[in-house]
Amino acid sequence: MKRPVIETRDLRFRYGDGAPALNGVNFRLDEGECVALLGPNGSGKTTFVLHLNGLLEGQGSVEVCGLSVERRNLPAIRRKIGLVFQDSESQLFMPTVLEDVAFGPINRGLGRPEALERAMAALKTVGMEGSAARAPYHLSAGEQKKVAIAGILATDPEILALDEPTTFLDPPGQRALAELLGALPQAKILVTHNIPFALALCRRAVFFQEGVIVADGPVDEVVARFGWDFATAAPQPRR
Amino acid sequence: MHHIVLDRWSRGASPLHRLDPRAKIVPLLALLAALATARHALPEFSAAVFAMLCAALLAARIPLFAALARAALVLPFAAVFAAVCWLSGDPARGLALALKSYLSALAVLTVVATTPLPVLLRGLELLRVPLFLLTVAQFLYRYLFVISEEAQHMRKAAAARGTPMRPLESLGARFRAAAGALAVLFARSYGRAQDVHRAMLARGFTGRLHPLFDLRFRPADAAFTALASLAPVAARLAIERIR
Amino acid sequence: MHIPDGFLSTPVWVTLDAAAVPAVGYMVRRAQRGFDDAKVPLLGVMGAFVFAAQMINFPVGIGTTAHLLGGALLAYTLGPAAASVTMASILAIQALVFQDGGILALGPNMINMAVAGVLAGYLPFYLWGGGRWRRASIFAGGVLSALVSAVLALAELLISGVRMPLPILAVSLSLFLVAAVLEGAITVAVIGALEKIQPNFVREPRQGRPFALGALALAGLLLAAVGVLVAAAAPDGIQKLGIQTGIASRAQALFSTPFTGYQAAFLAAGWQRKTLGGLAGLALVYGACLIFGRAVARKRSA
Repeated sequence: MKRPVIETRDLRFRYGDGAPALNGVNFRLDEGECVALLGPNGSGKTTFVLHLNGLLEGQGSVEVCGLSVERRNLPAIRRKIGLVFQDSESQLFMPTVLEDVAFGPINRGLGRPEALERAMAALKTVGMEGSAARAPYHLSAGEQKKVAIAGILATDPEILALDEPTTFLDPPGQRALAELLGALPQAKILVTHNIPFALALCRRAVFFQEGVIVADGPVDEVVARFGWDFATAAPQPRR
Repeated sequence: MHHIVLDRWSRGASPLHRLDPRAKIVPLLALLAALATARHALPEFSAAVFAMLCAALLAARIPLFAALARAALVLPFAAVFAAVCWLSGDPARGLALALKSYLSALAVLTVVATTPLPVLLRGLELLRVPLFLLTVAQFLYRYLFVISEEAQHMRKAAAARGTPMRPLESLGARFRAAAGALAVLFARSYGRAQDVHRAMLARGFTGRLHPLFDLRFRPADAAFTALASLAPVAARLAIERIR
Repeated sequence: MHIPDGFLSTPVWVTLDAAAVPAVGYMVRRAQRGFDDAKVPLLGVMGAFVFAAQMINFPVGIGTTAHLLGGALLAYTLGPAAASVTMASILAIQALVFQDGGILALGPNMINMAVAGVLAGYLPFYLWGGGRWRRASIFAGGVLSALVSAVLALAELLISGVRMPLPILAVSLSLFLVAAVLEGAITVAVIGALEKIQPNFVREPRQGRPFALGALALAGLLLAAVGVLVAAAAPDGIQKLGIQTGIASRAQALFSTPFTGYQAAFLAAGWQRKTLGGLAGLALVYGACLIFGRAVARKRSA
């Protein structure tokens, strides 16, 4: 029996203007599992993910790697789960690639030499070590995405959560990203509208609707049930 | 855009590039002060300073004419004041204004073209400039081009939407449209700042700013600092004595 | 106006560089207060916004366009201390990366644009921004921020001995006034558009500030700015005042002591007295403003 790395019970959240965003989400993610979060825009997928590392705080319980998501656990939790946001430009905020990837380790309290070592190792994992001295602005969307992932890997997380990672990526870029993610052992959460991408990486999908999860099962079944595919033909066989 | 070229130049690999930033900042200040306070034999001193800076640029393998042209951007402003001085019967001061402002700009350019901005900021941090201010400047520099590009897109989009209107009407409407565009750019930038902050938090930022860089001040740096700081002062004293 | 290196005389840039250190340092500490760690990316990104915003042209007729300078806008949205730090970082990047404005002149430029300009721009909004006069106070703030910065810069140049015959001075001042009015207009228009997008972008100053006191403070500020300019343009009057009160000669003694060996080259007769006389005048006016400002603040908190 694999241990859960994420468990949420009856998670509820309202935005400042009162609009309900999450209406009781029960979710569980096991070690090494990869799950796709599907659903219409505004159904709460991204809002849900922001609760997993404490960027948003709602009612109900959220546990990451056995730790309850509350203020005193945040430093540890933010090492365990790494978020890759949709807009890489805002995520790579340091002047050079290497400094950006080293940001996590340095803020964790590591000394500079060790932080830089980890950063280089993470860059090697994603194949971007040659760009260590480059400015993020000069990178292509695909390269920025890889560096963002490296920045997360540098803190040695157990969970990767990616919010619409294939936006801005061309098909070869999407393939490269899928290959990269497929080779990583961490548990993964993919918020995505890109069904072939989800099928390539995940066995399981959950479907969000109006702030709750209404379906949880194999990707192709969930997709078929909600007609959640651009092509009306049957989905391709998954990995 | 302007600063892209400078960014490229600053990532060179000459010995000048590899110097500790403090070894370049201190002589720069000495040179600027020597220039600013020069009153006698200014043309000769200017020629000496110009020769020194050109030598530095060549040693750093910076394209010389491009650098000289870039520093000349200060000249239109200086030329106006110089012309007024000339017409007021003080041509010497007019010439002084033009020479001093151009050479000062060239000196600053020489330092910035041989030092990547984050390294330069770290040098300033070690010279006791507040870290908060320097980190703000670092973020500014990081997103300068990104937001400028957004502004360009908005300008092009607005131009594409332009419709012919009666002259007076169009002025007010265009003014308000520009204000609207600025407000949208503001909102987008503000939103981006919040995204950046969120990304920082997600990676463990606790509000404490960390030093920007590790730097080591080697004996070679010390030697260069001493020599480069004394050179303009010595040149000026020598020239004024000869004169 | 970004003053390049080589324009200001030594006493002027030395004094203002020395004054800028505590002034900007104070703004940095105030901006950091409240332990809102989002400040650093916010100020940096909004600084980049101001840069980019200067690319958007506002048509003002007869084929000319103007652009936003930004001090007042930043003050109304980020608060005066944060706006000051943002402007300071903008000036630093402009000086370093674009060689727009000198390095020795950074002190004067920061005092003019990041400190005095921002505070002058914020003053009307602080006094009257909460009531019926909101739009007018925003406009006035925009005008003041641009005007005070320009006037101070001009005064510093004049004190330094840069020639400006009266007709040219008059033309410069009229151009500054026009630019200031445009800054006010642009600021008001942008704030208006901002409030439609999201009302809480713009700060909400407390209502009901005493009108008379505010008007007095504003008048004092304008007088100070004009006074500085007049003193700079006519240093002989101040020199007389300086000699009569003995300030100038004392200041002269202060300045010449460290430089005794260098005196012949450094301090030329006549020119030195004019400069120091002008500086003494500036110091007098500044001191008067400080005392006045403190008195006003004390009265309000009473």
